[in-house]
Amino acid sequence: MEAQKYVWDGAIPLQIHLHESQILAPRIGYLPLLASLLKPYFSSTLPPGVDTIWFDYNGLPLKWYIPTGVLFDLLCAEPERPWNLTVHFRGYPGTVLIPCEGEDSVKWSYINSLKEAAYIMNGNCKNVMNMSQSDQLELWHSVMNGNLETYQRVSSKLKLATVEDEHTSLCSSKSQQGFGETDLAGQVKTGRVPVRLYVWSVSEDFDDLEDMPKVDSWEKISYINRPVEIHKEDKCFTLHDALKILVPEFFSNDLMNVKSAGVDFEDALRIPSEDVSSDKVVEDHVQNAYEHREACSISSSAEIKLIRIQGIEPKLEIPFSWVVNNLMNPDYFLHICVCVKVPQQNST
Amino acid sequence: MMDLLHWDGTLSAKDFRIGAVAFAQKWESLNFAFPPWVWVPCPKHPWLASPEEEGYLSMEKICISRLNEEDIDQTTQIDTDEEEASCSGNKDVIDDATLVQRNHHELHYYDFHIVYSNTFRVPVLYLRAYCSDGQPLQLDEIEKELPTCSSKELSKSKWTFITQEEHPHLKRPWYKLHPCGTGEWMKLLFLNDTAQPKFEVVLELYLLSWFSVVGQVVGLRIPFKMLNDR
Repeated sequence: MEAQKYVWDGAIPLQIHLHESQILAPRIGYLPLLASLLKPYFSSTLPPGVDTIWFDYNGLPLKWYIPTGVLFDLLCAEPERPWNLTVHFRGYPGTVLIPCEGEDSVKWSYINSLKEAAYIMNGNCKNVMNMSQSDQLELWHSVMNGNLETYQRVSSKLKLATVEDEHTSLCSSKSQQGFGETDLAGQVKTGRVPVRLYVWSVSEDFDDLEDMPKVDSWEKISYINRPVEIHKEDKCFTLHDALKILVPEFFSNDLMNVKSAGVDFEDALRIPSEDVSSDKVVEDHVQNAYEHREACSISSSAEIKLIRIQGIEPKLEIPFSWVVNNLMNPDYFLHICVCVKVPQQNST
Repeated sequence: MMDLLHWDGTLSAKDFRIGAVAFAQKWESLNFAFPPWVWVPCPKHPWLASPEEEGYLSMEKICISRLNEEDIDQTTQIDTDEEEASCSGNKDVIDDATLVQRNHHELHYYDFHIVYSNTFRVPVLYLRAYCSDGQPLQLDEIEKELPTCSSKELSKSKWTFITQEEHPHLKRPWYKLHPCGTGEWMKLLFLNDTAQPKFEVVLELYLLSWFSVVGQVVGLRIPFKMLNDR
């Protein structure tokens, strides 16, 4: 459980402009939650009116519902310590950012993400919907305050089916719900893992990450909110395998032997459609393979330069289950930031 | 041979695309007073040319109206040509459509997008509303124009029924109808059909059936006789 503790203790030093204040922002937290820490510094300088806090980095308004650590990994190619942000209390950019009415908005955004994760893992969000008010509040406060112990205690009540792996187990195996779809023998076959992938692109190689152009618009970032389907028996499913499913277009060398969690492209076409649910799994794999081949012909030289999860660059050979269990955020999503080099476009 | 009993009511991304095309065609052939749904392809990455598979359905500049008591027989539709804000009446096509006309004859326009959700594996309705000058409407203003049962539902669960979120493709704030539970009631819809259709037929009718339920939330009703016409 060491890794998870490190993740929760992870923090990024921020330097907030308007005042030379430096604070520590938890990776797993959200920027608007820092309002109470920051207000005292600025209250004397603010004109009368309603305050709605928002932040920008190099002019880019920061999306408040993305965890702080993810924003940092994504937008700061060369990690800046402290991370220089500008805080605003007025002039909320409502056309770019969805409204934030303070802590409540952040809490509900978190709960909705949790529901989504629950749906992905269990096939329904009942366990989150049926949480008692007090449990929900306790869970939220544990996230706000970075209290891992409380978080683990309350979240284990949710019985969210986490990925099993040989290296770590989040809950005791007796209380663990099997996840995913079962075949007729009642064996758990497949499961879905909540993943959010953020891709930023560069058009050339850089010796120094510092020289990389800063992201100046969210339009330049691809956001892929898509679960990764895995087979329980496949103990060798790596981070690399997971990325090949999510962004097959970045793996041009495997064109001929597209394997996604053990299903071959050619085999997939021959599988009889007996079970509808497995049909869907097969279909998705086939579609991945299809997308892969199409995309390869479009941009075969897209190359992954950097992969960051919770501020670290994990080796691609690491079992995906370990990555998920140890590096996921409190919303049960694994947030992955990827930098990819794409060929220069002649026309846009 | 597909077994409806084991189907969970959801679609793969590929099936959504097929179903979307079928829906758009059916919609147009049924001759509604509404403009057609258009498939908008969307690139996965800003630099990648978009394969046709990824995209969403769009129907925009719809004038949703609320009737005054005296004008119960009048209904409204908007032309795709935004210069002509014509209001033709056709009471057989749309019932329950209503006209919102403020004192200064302010008309409200709605854009609807049907977007596929990878998480829930179902279509999701995204919407936004604005005045004729482009000024966006807030949720409380939209609420006033929704059918009464929807606004009641909305006031009960402010955060879970209609939420404001980032449009997955356009990356701007849009309103979205929460899709939790869609798979379940879609399965029920088809299970209740005594004809027990093949999956190809289910797919063809999926979005139309889905929209017949979801559209009602935002005041767009499809007359039942059109649904039964297969």
